Amino acid sequence: MLKITKLTKRYGTGDPVLKELDLTVEGDQLTSVIGSSGAGKSTLLRCINRLVEPTSGSVDLNGTEFTALNSRDLRIARRRIGMVFQSFNLIDRLTVMENVQSGRLGYISTWAALTRRYPREDIARAYELMERVGIAHYANKRADELSGGERQRVGVVRALMQRPEILLADEPTASLDPKTSEQIMSLLRDLASELKLPVIINIHNVTEAKEYSDRIVGMRYGRIIFDDLPDQLGTAEMDEIYAGVPAMDRAEVGAVA
Amino acid sequence: MSQAKGSWRKPPFIANPLIRLGLYGAVALYFIFTLATLPIDWERVSDGMSRAQRIFSGAFPPSFERSGLMIDGFLESLKIAILATVGGILLSVPLAFMAAGNIAIKPIYLLGRGIIIVARSFHPVIVAIIFVKAVGFGPFAGALTLVVYSIGFVAKLLAERIEEIDFGQVEAMRAAGAGYIVTLAYAVLPQIMPRLVGLGIYQLDSNLRASAVVGIVGAGGIGATLANAFGRYDYDFALAITMVIVGVILISEAVSGFIRKRIA
Amino acid sequence: MSTQPLQQTLDHWSRFTLRQRLMRYGGLALTLLVVAWALSSINVIWEWVWDAPNQMGDLFARMMPPDPRNLPSILEAIWQTVNIATLATMIAVVVSLPVAYISAQNTTPNRIALWIGRFILVSSRSVNTIIWALLFVAIFGPGIVAGIVAIMFRSIGFLGKLLGEAIEEIDQKPVEALEACGASRFKIVLYAIVPQVMPAFFAVAILRWDINLRESTVLGLVGAGGIGMILQGAIDTFNWPEVSMVLLTILALVVFGEVVSSYLRKKIL
Repeated sequence: MLKITKLTKRYGTGDPVLKELDLTVEGDQLTSVIGSSGAGKSTLLRCINRLVEPTSGSVDLNGTEFTALNSRDLRIARRRIGMVFQSFNLIDRLTVMENVQSGRLGYISTWAALTRRYPREDIARAYELMERVGIAHYANKRADELSGGERQRVGVVRALMQRPEILLADEPTASLDPKTSEQIMSLLRDLASELKLPVIINIHNVTEAKEYSDRIVGMRYGRIIFDDLPDQLGTAEMDEIYAGVPAMDRAEVGAVA
Repeated sequence: MSQAKGSWRKPPFIANPLIRLGLYGAVALYFIFTLATLPIDWERVSDGMSRAQRIFSGAFPPSFERSGLMIDGFLESLKIAILATVGGILLSVPLAFMAAGNIAIKPIYLLGRGIIIVARSFHPVIVAIIFVKAVGFGPFAGALTLVVYSIGFVAKLLAERIEEIDFGQVEAMRAAGAGYIVTLAYAVLPQIMPRLVGLGIYQLDSNLRASAVVGIVGAGGIGATLANAFGRYDYDFALAITMVIVGVILISEAVSGFIRKRIA
Repeated sequence: MSTQPLQQTLDHWSRFTLRQRLMRYGGLALTLLVVAWALSSINVIWEWVWDAPNQMGDLFARMMPPDPRNLPSILEAIWQTVNIATLATMIAVVVSLPVAYISAQNTTPNRIALWIGRFILVSSRSVNTIIWALLFVAIFGPGIVAGIVAIMFRSIGFLGKLLGEAIEEIDQKPVEALEACGASRFKIVLYAIVPQVMPAFFAVAILRWDINLRESTVLGLVGAGGIGMILQGAIDTFNWPEVSMVLLTILALVVFGEVVSSYLRKKIL
């Protein structure tokens, strides 16, 4: 279970990007986070594994308080969180197999990493997962020889190789064409239920979000203003989430205070 | 449905095992053979540590007593560099056109490329020796040497730039009925000017460095002063000269980089 | 919609404003002034200048035909020259890796390391190979050791600077991904940085080897081994036919170096 409490992120002295956010994700549901650009979706995700350092607040994953870890323990703890990126973030010049095995770098020895002599179970599992997502025949191809959708699958397999307790996906389909986008979303949904894995996805395509998620979280300028089942997301709620500009928002808050 | 395999090896860079192993073997043989047959006087080398000690203690603190001599040498190096750069650029422009495949006809192209290759092949020090024998000791030999050095670099790169120009602009001028010179001036020159200026500034910096060295064989400049200092075991003076050389090169590099960034 | 008539007919145009033109002419004048100063104050004995073509013709005549009698020792010296260049480049490549790592802004551990790295690179680059050779001949005595060390010292700066720039230009995204997996710094370098820098690494190493081949040919002139020593000997004894023979072998060596390095570069890309 992932429990986020009063998470705040402020850059410099400006307005905070995340404002005392609370969020709990448990079980094996697929949660989509939606909101306009600048709502803080990406920052939220990156604060969970501290790729971005939270200013204050707590991030607790199955009993481990991430914000309190020193750098060495943080490295060890990050193995439990898998991440899929919008630009795939693969190592272009290496083969698909190496990219996939790089998800295990937190586990294998330096020598094994150096000589590419990966443990048998890791290789077997890699083939299994690659087969499952449909890229097993690319094992020896360079990552930059694959298409966008295929590359994202490599990213997904890499994340799953960590045997994570939770999967984060930061706009995984933003760089893909609509058809491929659906394939990836469908894949994520299926994997989530097969592996009993909670998944949090940042997404800007609301239609896809509604179709593939079990739960939708709507953010607006650093706050969660919607948290419910997909079919509860009507036009009124969408307006709330997507309309307006920050200045107006600040004016609203000022009026209340 | 294929069976999940338990082993994987990264495909090697050179696929053919024969060539790959043959290459490793050749490299290993090279190392063993050369290291065994290198004429190294190991005693002298180990002596080197104590000699280095003596030299460095003799070198500190650096001596600026004869700074008059040093300044003279530097000014001479500077003049050599300036003249060589100007002369080099003036000669490089026509040579570059001669060596550009899209402008020159085949025999001229070959001639141009040939001149550039010869200019590049010999180290400036060797060229300096030849010029010293031909025109006597002193900065004139140094300037000639660096003109050749400049041509080897500037003409080559300029020729490459000329080969990459957008020919459409030349076509347009020709279609409008412009003559040869005018076409050059309007369609070609503007395209190569920025590159030429950048190369010129880079070459000035390069020549400044090289001018410090050609003096060692008698072609004028601070190099002669430095070689003398070493020869007379005046290590403190040598250190002073070297420090100033480094300083001048750094300043020149910074200025050159700054100007080139402003232009780009 | 306003349609104000033009107040005056526009019938002149110039590419540069007055100010720009003044600056351009000023720049030109400055350049000419500098050249004139250099030309005037340089100590040129003009009689020698006019005599130059004669002298060069005379020199050329004396060099012909090239004398192959000493070819065996010349070729052996060329072989030594190749060894100096190759061994020194290899060692320098290995040494320059950590220096490049600490000199790159995105991989350096702290500011002190950054400045140490930059200092090493700058001092190495700013002192010409021949000057290094002078120093090492004084330390290690005449011979190829001085030559190898001199080439090494100069190459580290060249390689380190270009490699450092290559490291600074990498795509940070794979680095981010591997950080998210919990990989250690070393493994991140190994998987996310090294593969990205590989092509530049090989290109730079091959380029430096080619340059070092040229530099090694003249080290002997200050006593640091290689073909330069035979060249110096021949010049000192006015044995011009042998000088031209040596020059021909040097030319062949340089051409060989260019052919090999462009072949290797094509293979890498």
